[in-house]
Amino acid sequence: MIVGDWRAARVVDVSDATATARVLRVTVPGWPGSDPGQHVDIRLTAEDGYQAVRSYSLGSYGADDTIELAVDEIPEGEVSPYLVRDVRPGDELEVKGPLGGYFVWRAGGVDPVQLIAGGSGIVPLMAMARARTDAATGAPFRLLYSVRTGGDAIYRDELGMLSESGGVAVTWAYTRAAPPGWDGRVGRLDRAGIEAAIWSTDRMPAVYVCGPTGFVEHVADTLVELGHDARRIKTERFGGA
Amino acid sequence: MAVFSRGFGARRRESDPRLPPGQYITEDFPVLSAGPTPRIDTAEWSFDIRSESGAVTSWSWDQFMALPIEDVATDIHCVTRWSKLGTSWRGVSIDTLLEHVDSDADYSMVHSYGGYTTNVPMEDLRDGRAWVAFEFDGEPLDPEHGGPARLLVPHLYFWKSAKWVRGLTLMGDDAPGFWEQNGYNMHGDPWTEERYW
Repeated sequence: MIVGDWRAARVVDVSDATATARVLRVTVPGWPGSDPGQHVDIRLTAEDGYQAVRSYSLGSYGADDTIELAVDEIPEGEVSPYLVRDVRPGDELEVKGPLGGYFVWRAGGVDPVQLIAGGSGIVPLMAMARARTDAATGAPFRLLYSVRTGGDAIYRDELGMLSESGGVAVTWAYTRAAPPGWDGRVGRLDRAGIEAAIWSTDRMPAVYVCGPTGFVEHVADTLVELGHDARRIKTERFGGA
Repeated sequence: MAVFSRGFGARRRESDPRLPPGQYITEDFPVLSAGPTPRIDTAEWSFDIRSESGAVTSWSWDQFMALPIEDVATDIHCVTRWSKLGTSWRGVSIDTLLEHVDSDADYSMVHSYGGYTTNVPMEDLRDGRAWVAFEFDGEPLDPEHGGPARLLVPHLYFWKSAKWVRGLTLMGDDAPGFWEQNGYNMHGDPWTEERYW
């Protein structure tokens, strides 16, 4: 893990990811690089000096000094509505990081990896999926991604390409409404749905679960019930505003 | 030199002198932990203090509940920047537990069911500054918040208030616990923003 001091950064690109989320690309001169799964602190300063800081997972990884965040708007929030609605290319902010040395995956291992995301919990797992795809060989990856509807999936198109190219096997789960043509079940992920979509216990996968607290609690409890080793399950819960 | 973010600040939060720098107030109770939630039956629970001599003092749940119990009203502060003001807890003071332990140690390693660890200097655990808490807001502590019992060290960032606590190992020298090995500060004072290495 590298932290460093606050670094001045500039937004270079923004794009809509869903109706409530945007992907921001931010150039951070002097950026030391990051491992897949790490996060950053973002500091915003108003003209009168007022500041607010929040943590965001990185969808990018590696040494490139342009990093990527995907931010989902919390309607009553203070920072996310600004990042999702107001920020535009050329705007400035500050970045500290990368942060976190635990919820990371580093290329090189051969153990199967199971990623399980709920909603915007996809972001750090996307960095891992991209790293696995770029590494081209090594650990087999699966991703189970639970979203309310097809339109709520961040990185939907890229995940479709990763899945088709065989780098990462993606299973979708829809809790509210499925896209046209979907013949699977719609509803909260249940035990059978999780078991069918993920590596079996005898493959002893390393499991990364990221999403809102209720989702992560439910999925992690189910994994333990299914016989997965709790010590091989890493979780990251979204708790703040 | 500060970098100004164009147009930021319209939705600024209230400030409060009880808030350490860089924190914001939340009304709900976020959950942050590194793995699945352990489910610990109080019949299986014990709390053990191992002193630097190797002597172990141990309490079963029933023995623990027979100790003097204190009500604690306090603010809590998470390193992820939320603070929760005016929370209420019940628990046993670490001072009460240490009355039964012969030790001159300056540091402790806190151990949890599930394998979590965190280091806390003894001066941060003594003199009415820390408890083993088993109730929050008048209810038994939920497993996702560390039940049946968690450490409560409210004057440090909340990762020091280890959930599912099972005991302390008292030490002459400081050593990093779980998050401290993964990038977080050895001490964790919110008022001086001891967040990271």
